[in-house]
Amino acid sequence: MSVDADTVKRIARLARIHVEPEALPAMAQELNGILNWIEMLREVDTTGVQPMAGGGAAVLRWRDDVVTDGAQAEAVLANAPDREGEYFGVPKVVE
Amino acid sequence: MIRPTDLTMAEARAALAARSLSARELTQAYLDAIAALNPRLNAYIAVTAEAALAQAAQSDARIAAGTARPLEGIPLGIKDLFCTAGVRTTAGSRILGEFKPPYESTVSGNLLRDGAVFLGKLNLDEFAMGSSNATSAFGPVENPWSRANDAETKLVPGGSSGGSAAAVAARIALGATATDTGGSIRQPAAFCGVAGIKPTYGRCSRWGIVAFASSLDQAGPIARDVRDNAIMLRSMAGFDAKDSTSANMPVPDFEAAVTRGVKGLRIGIPREYRVDGMPAEIEALWQQGIAWLRDAGATIVDVSLPHTKYALPTYYIVAPAEASSNLARYDGVRFGARVPGEDLADLYERTRAAGFGAEVKRRILIGTYVLSAGYYDAYYLKAQQVRALIKRDFDLAWEHCDALLTPATPSAAFGLDEKNDDPVAMYLNDVFTVTANLAGLPGMAVPAGLDAQGLPLGLQVVGKHFDEETVFAVSGAVERAAGFTATPRLIA
Repeated sequence: MSVDADTVKRIARLARIHVEPEALPAMAQELNGILNWIEMLREVDTTGVQPMAGGGAAVLRWRDDVVTDGAQAEAVLANAPDREGEYFGVPKVVE
Repeated sequence: MIRPTDLTMAEARAALAARSLSARELTQAYLDAIAALNPRLNAYIAVTAEAALAQAAQSDARIAAGTARPLEGIPLGIKDLFCTAGVRTTAGSRILGEFKPPYESTVSGNLLRDGAVFLGKLNLDEFAMGSSNATSAFGPVENPWSRANDAETKLVPGGSSGGSAAAVAARIALGATATDTGGSIRQPAAFCGVAGIKPTYGRCSRWGIVAFASSLDQAGPIARDVRDNAIMLRSMAGFDAKDSTSANMPVPDFEAAVTRGVKGLRIGIPREYRVDGMPAEIEALWQQGIAWLRDAGATIVDVSLPHTKYALPTYYIVAPAEASSNLARYDGVRFGARVPGEDLADLYERTRAAGFGAEVKRRILIGTYVLSAGYYDAYYLKAQQVRALIKRDFDLAWEHCDALLTPATPSAAFGLDEKNDDPVAMYLNDVFTVTANLAGLPGMAVPAGLDAQGLPLGLQVVGKHFDEETVFAVSGAVERAAGFTATPRLIA
């Protein structure tokens, strides 16, 4: 499988990264270099192999469904690029 | 005369306890060394001198009062991927802007709990994505080593923990925290002639460490020798309820294991780790390592890890997929840098375009692609299945041996401009280290010799899950046999 400039444009949109149109072909070429290399996995027979999802124990620990933290608006907002009162500030979303 | 920066961590600990050296003297010696060497090495992104001296003064008071903690007064550098309360944390990226975490990562908090002094934040590849420290938004780190007949060519320290390895090698930190997702502790340690261990997945809490690929990321130390690593890891490790993958296991006395020896141990030599184009010196060093362990009383066993050659392609699906998800949080809204846009979507897209470097964008795009509709099964699911086979290779090997010995890297440190055009060529640096991440196993790089150009080469010891003690025992034996005492050209 290989990607063209239009596919890169679509992926970049999904990833929310702005890419100038003139940069798309070079980026497609770079990604194809990597994708062609990882194609080698196709030759591995994985019939019936259970996919390995995590790095550690197969079963994650449970915890009680209780509030352990909160009421820290100032700490949460301390690094915000823009804020209005106790809210993050963003450009108008709804007209 | 022995200067404070010449002491290993174990030696400094003894000198502090005997009151023949004060914590303030030790910290000041490191701050002076940083002032002299860091302008050239660029290992530190930020130096927190004032706070370090205040911590050291507290340590002196504790030592005087007889209430010293395990790492009392030991000056460390912290990879700038660990969130440090009130101290700017960058992950080597522009996108975090002036981010100052309101909290301390569990691992760095554990070190503070045990009395360590923090000298500053260490440089790294952006979001820990790289093998040369060249992707940092704060400039490359220079390896303090250079080729014997060529002091001019600047070499890379490896990556992503390049600042950590360079700082320890140049003795501008007594030890350093680091992280390893595909080799980011072991490869830079090997390139800089120091030791570093990636513990078992789950041994150290990931809480408060900027996430790259959550099923692979693991924190560990880089320090001057095997014992110093054992000292640091004991403080760094331990169960943490705030990380759902943290293992609720007791933390053994790793230091005691360092001198345990290898008598009766079975050391596996994986035949698939002989790769095309590997320099003869690395093969020779590997054979030397095998002979050292045999002479020390170990039994050498040939083992097979048949899926080894698929490990890197597997990693370059799994890690970017997880990264594309983890890095979605950098959107210019809640923290970090923001670039204004016409609307909210444009703000996201322009913030991320300006904030992320080329390698990070490349990996986010790959990750987004392999997770996208129509490609998920062919790439991501397939990679997870191959990952299971790679882990099974190790499970089968452990029926025949207790630990593995391999080279740490396929080459010595290379020049800053030597491998920049081809991403895949750069990825091959991790060919010997990435398997341990995929299988969740502990692995340690130990300096074992010099190549013909006078650059350090390392051997790697890989152990079973949660058996870091055997890794330390084998690494200690390799270290004693190698007697590696060479030092870099740039050193405090």
